[in-house]
Amino acid sequence: MITLDCRGQMCPLPVIALAKQIRHVGIGEKIRVLADDPAAANDIPAWCRMKEQEYLGSPEKHAFDVRKIS
Amino acid sequence: MGVPAGAAAYMDAATAVPLHPVAAEALVAALADGWADPSRLYAASRRAQQLSEAARAAFAEALAVRVDEVSLWSSGTQAAQAAVLGGLAGRRRRGDTLVHSAIEHSAVLHAAAKGQAVEVGVDRLGRLDLAAWDAAVHRDGVALASLISASHEVGTVQPVAAAADYCAEAGVPLHVDAAQSIGRHPVPPGWSMLSASAHKWGGPPGVGVLVVRKGVRWISPYPQDDLYRPGATGALDLPAVVAAAASLRAVLAEAQAEAVRLSALVDRIRERVAATVPDVEVVGDPADRLPHLVTFSCLYVDGEALLHALDREGFAVSSGSSCTASTLRPSHVLEAMGVLSHGNVRVSLHRGTTSDEVDRFLSVLPGIIEGIRKEAGM
Repeated sequence: MITLDCRGQMCPLPVIALAKQIRHVGIGEKIRVLADDPAAANDIPAWCRMKEQEYLGSPEKHAFDVRKIS
Repeated sequence: MGVPAGAAAYMDAATAVPLHPVAAEALVAALADGWADPSRLYAASRRAQQLSEAARAAFAEALAVRVDEVSLWSSGTQAAQAAVLGGLAGRRRRGDTLVHSAIEHSAVLHAAAKGQAVEVGVDRLGRLDLAAWDAAVHRDGVALASLISASHEVGTVQPVAAAADYCAEAGVPLHVDAAQSIGRHPVPPGWSMLSASAHKWGGPPGVGVLVVRKGVRWISPYPQDDLYRPGATGALDLPAVVAAAASLRAVLAEAQAEAVRLSALVDRIRERVAATVPDVEVVGDPADRLPHLVTFSCLYVDGEALLHALDREGFAVSSGSSCTASTLRPSHVLEAMGVLSHGNVRVSLHRGTTSDEVDRFLSVLPGIIEGIRKEAGM
């Protein structure tokens, strides 16, 4: 699993980093985004819904897991 | 920021509506005639008293309530907070808990934070979860419920009539924060208290209206004067109150025609934004909504950069994105709906908005968003 460390970055930078990274992973692979911006907990699941990727949840504070499915 | 590139187009009516011409006229007249303290025993005071009574009667007529049910406050926020805090105080022996939706205005949320509160969620379109509301108002210890008539951020009209039925069943009074609806969209009956803000219908800033229906127990949360009448402590801005009452009457007279006109412009924005901007989410209920308000969020776009770029083109709009908020938190309304919060724009129209302004907005928007995305490498 790839981990993107976006801590300290403000919205929408963590989502931009996720969108750029997901182009380089294969279907079924997972990305973990580390982000402490208060909008990330809302916007990463919303991005997954809009871009038809799977949001796997937040395993711990400031961490968000996404699986590429399309 | 310099001079805008285009003619200025104000599209933030949900924050403040430009003064209605009737309000401006009434304000000037009342400044000359209504400056005195209405409670003294001389001619100038009697003139002020007459103006005050006429304004209260006009509010009562416009809102279809009794004159003695109307109280006046120094803002919509103050009226909403007086409703919540006074409603809780009046029912102290029955309980201490406030039930409210997750999408209330911050005025109500700040009042809720003073005590016990139960929050009820909304769906993706921003509509109240009625089953959860039903369960919440039936809990032990609930003293009061508070529901916004329609979302001030996304426009979705709330099921006030059904929510009021559940409250009646549970014996819990309901406060409706109708700041965005009064003068634009009918509010169904069944509520115990209703608050509104003149600034949102084209009256002057600094006038809030609270209606407390007969038989509803309300105790002032503030130090009271010896008149024991609900209302702001200290002198009211009587000229502003007179202007607010006059403009409400004028706004209601043209409300239906304006709602049809503005709603068509909002439909145009909803449709064109979705068609011309990639990776955009137009949020809120597309049909059961306020006539004048539309909100959308654009992926990969910094909300603050977007607002500044629109301002440079002459467009005044607002945003629920965290980077535009003093708290640096995303809008609690967008969060409660689970919709994208960054790159968010709220457009809200008023009687001065023209079809040409909307078309110019729609013509510059896609290029602005494309430019911000390019800068971010998207």
